[in-house]
Amino acid sequence: MKYARFLALLLLLALVVTARAADGAEESRAIVITAKRFEFVPSTITLKKGETVKLVVTSEDVTHGLFIRPLKIDTDLTPGETQQITVTPQAAGTFTAICHHFCGAGHGNMKLTVVVE
Amino acid sequence: MKDPVNRRTFMKIAGASIGVGALFHVAPLLGASAGGRRIAALLGDKNGEAPTPFSFVQLSDTHVGFSGPPNPLGTQAFEKAVDLINGLRERPDLVLFTGDLTHDSENPGEHADRMRLFQKIASRLKVPLIKSVPGEHDAGLDGGKLFRDAFGETHYSFDHRGVHFIALDNVSLARPNVGPEQISWLKKDLARFPTTAPIVVFTHRPLFDLRPDWEWFTGDGDEVMNALAPYENVTVLYGHIHREHTHTEGHATHHAARSLIFAFPDPETGVPKKPIPFDPQKPFQNLGLRVVNEPGARAGSSPRIQDVELTLREYSGTVGIQQLLKEGVSL
Repeated sequence: MKYARFLALLLLLALVVTARAADGAEESRAIVITAKRFEFVPSTITLKKGETVKLVVTSEDVTHGLFIRPLKIDTDLTPGETQQITVTPQAAGTFTAICHHFCGAGHGNMKLTVVVE
Repeated sequence: MKDPVNRRTFMKIAGASIGVGALFHVAPLLGASAGGRRIAALLGDKNGEAPTPFSFVQLSDTHVGFSGPPNPLGTQAFEKAVDLINGLRERPDLVLFTGDLTHDSENPGEHADRMRLFQKIASRLKVPLIKSVPGEHDAGLDGGKLFRDAFGETHYSFDHRGVHFIALDNVSLARPNVGPEQISWLKKDLARFPTTAPIVVFTHRPLFDLRPDWEWFTGDGDEVMNALAPYENVTVLYGHIHREHTHTEGHATHHAARSLIFAFPDPETGVPKKPIPFDPQKPFQNLGLRVVNEPGARAGSSPRIQDVELTLREYSGTVGIQQLLKEGVSL
C-alpha cells in the first residue's frame, strides 16, 4: 500500500514538473501569422536577436509555403492546420520570407518582412 | 606523342545573344588534328553519336495569356521572336523553351486554351525540333497535368548530334524542387555516358542559389549538380528570372534567357522584385527582342548576331580526356 502511495506521489510530482515546463515554454512570445492569397498578415514582424519566439502560422485558403533561409524556416502551410515554429534569431537584419509553394498568379508577390533588432 | 592535354579538341559551345533568348553554336573543333578526330570517333562510339556542328535557340517565359500593365501587348514579343528565328541565316536545329510557356489560370479550360495558343504560335517555328519544360505558371497548380496532356512528360532526355540534352522539371511539385524520384532517374540517365560527354540540361528555375528570397533557387539543386559533377562539359539553361545571367561553378555553366513578356530588374541594385515598367516607346525593351538588325541593314535581311557572351570550357586537359587516352587512343 505504501509502495502504491509512493508511486502516486511520484506520478503527481512528474505531472507538476511537466506542467511547469509547459508553462515555461508558453512564456515565449507568440506571433500569429496568417497566409492567404497573395499576402501574409501581418506583412512585417519584428523579432529580437537572441529572443526565442513562437510563430503560429496558418493558411486560410490554399496550401502556401513559408521560406526564410537565414532563419532556417522551410515549411508548407496546409489549410486547416496550424504550424508552430520556434525560432531564435542569431543575427540582426531585415529578411524577406516568401511563399515558396506556388499558389496562383500573385504568388511571386507574397512576402513577409522579418526585422531582427 | 605530343602533349595531348593541350590540344584543342572536341567541342566548344558558344552562345550569342540575338535578342530572342540565346542562340548556341555547338561547334566541334575536331577537324584540326587526327588526334581530335580519333577522340571524336571514340566519344561517338561511347555516346552513340559523334558530335557534329549545329545551333539551337533557347526561348523562355512567354507567359501566353498574361495580361497586365507590365506588358499590354500579350504575345507580340513571342511572335516577333518566332519571326526572328525563322529569318536567321543559319537555321537552328532546335528550339528549347525553358518554362512558363503560359500564364496560369484558375480555370483549367482557359489554361488549356492558353497552351493551345502557345502551340499555335510555336508551330510557326521553321525548325526540326521543339522541346520544352514547364514553369510554375504552367504546372504549379495542378502538378503538371495540363502540361503533360498538351506537351508530354515534364522530364526526359534525348540525344542530338552527339550532345545529350536533359529536361528537368523543378516546378510540378509546387515547391522549387526536382524531387528524389527525378534525381534517381537523372543518375540512371547519366550512367551510360563517359565524363567527357557534352551535356545540356534545361529547366525552369536556377539550380543554384541565385537569390532565394526572390525564389530564384531550387531546394535540391545541389543534389542535381552533384549528380552532374563528374561530367566535364555541362551547360544548364534556365528561365524564371526574366533576365540574362551567367554563373559558372565547377564544370557547369548556367545561363538564364530573357523573358518574352516582361523583365525583372537586377536584384543587386537593391530594388524590389517588381516587373520593369512597360515603356510604350520601347515596347520590347529588356525582352528577348533587343537586337533585330544592325543599323543600316536592308529591310528583311537576317538579324545580325552580336554580343558573343560566353564560351564554355573546351575539352582539352580534362580528366575525361585522360580517361579516353588510357583506353589506348593514340594521338
